[in-house]
Amino acid sequence: MRTIILKSASSYLLPVLLLFSVFILLRGHYLPGGGFVGGLVAAIAFVLDAFSNGLDKTKGILKFHPGFFMPVGLMIAFLSGISPMLLAGLPLMTGIWADNPIPVIGAIGSPLFFDIGVYLVVIGASLTIIFTISESV
Amino acid sequence: MNVHDFLYYIILPILSISSLMVFIRFFKGPSIVDRVVALDLLITIGIGIIAIYSIISNKPTFLDISLVLALIAFLGTVAFAYYLEKRNKND
Repeated sequence: MRTIILKSASSYLLPVLLLFSVFILLRGHYLPGGGFVGGLVAAIAFVLDAFSNGLDKTKGILKFHPGFFMPVGLMIAFLSGISPMLLAGLPLMTGIWADNPIPVIGAIGSPLFFDIGVYLVVIGASLTIIFTISESV
Repeated sequence: MNVHDFLYYIILPILSISSLMVFIRFFKGPSIVDRVVALDLLITIGIGIIAIYSIISNKPTFLDISLVLALIAFLGTVAFAYYLEKRNKND
């Protein structure tokens, strides 16, 4: 679909939506948000770009096949789950938090890395599904 | 009559009635384009209801939910338009 309004809007919307998805990801400890919704917003950003600029250009932006994000995200989530056992001798998936919160990012801890893993898995899964469907139609 | 009463007794009934009417159009809709437009309008009314709820309960974080919903509605409409155009070309 080659419309100039959608094309010029989506070129500005892609970075803004990616920033918004990271904002939702970082806010998701005690407020609405988190890895799943952030991943969905990031996937929507890429799908919008694929609709306006064509599938091949969006694949050029992503560099990797979107399915590659899934094992990486699962590995990050798994490492954050077993990190309390390895580092502190606590039970599996205990939340370890750093003492001082970092500005902009907020509190750093193992749940944040679990959320980042979920974020990457959701991006990979939804982009793989949608790209496969739009290639086959 | 303060803002909360105005929202409860005037704006919310208007939005409810309009969502009911749009749903009738969504159900009857002769062509698929009518249904797509009705779906888009239904989600937009939902965004309005979420905005009113966030004013009433004084929680601005609910506005982000309506932002995500607006994104999904826009993407859905664009995707429907894309595939309808493609289907018309194929026929």
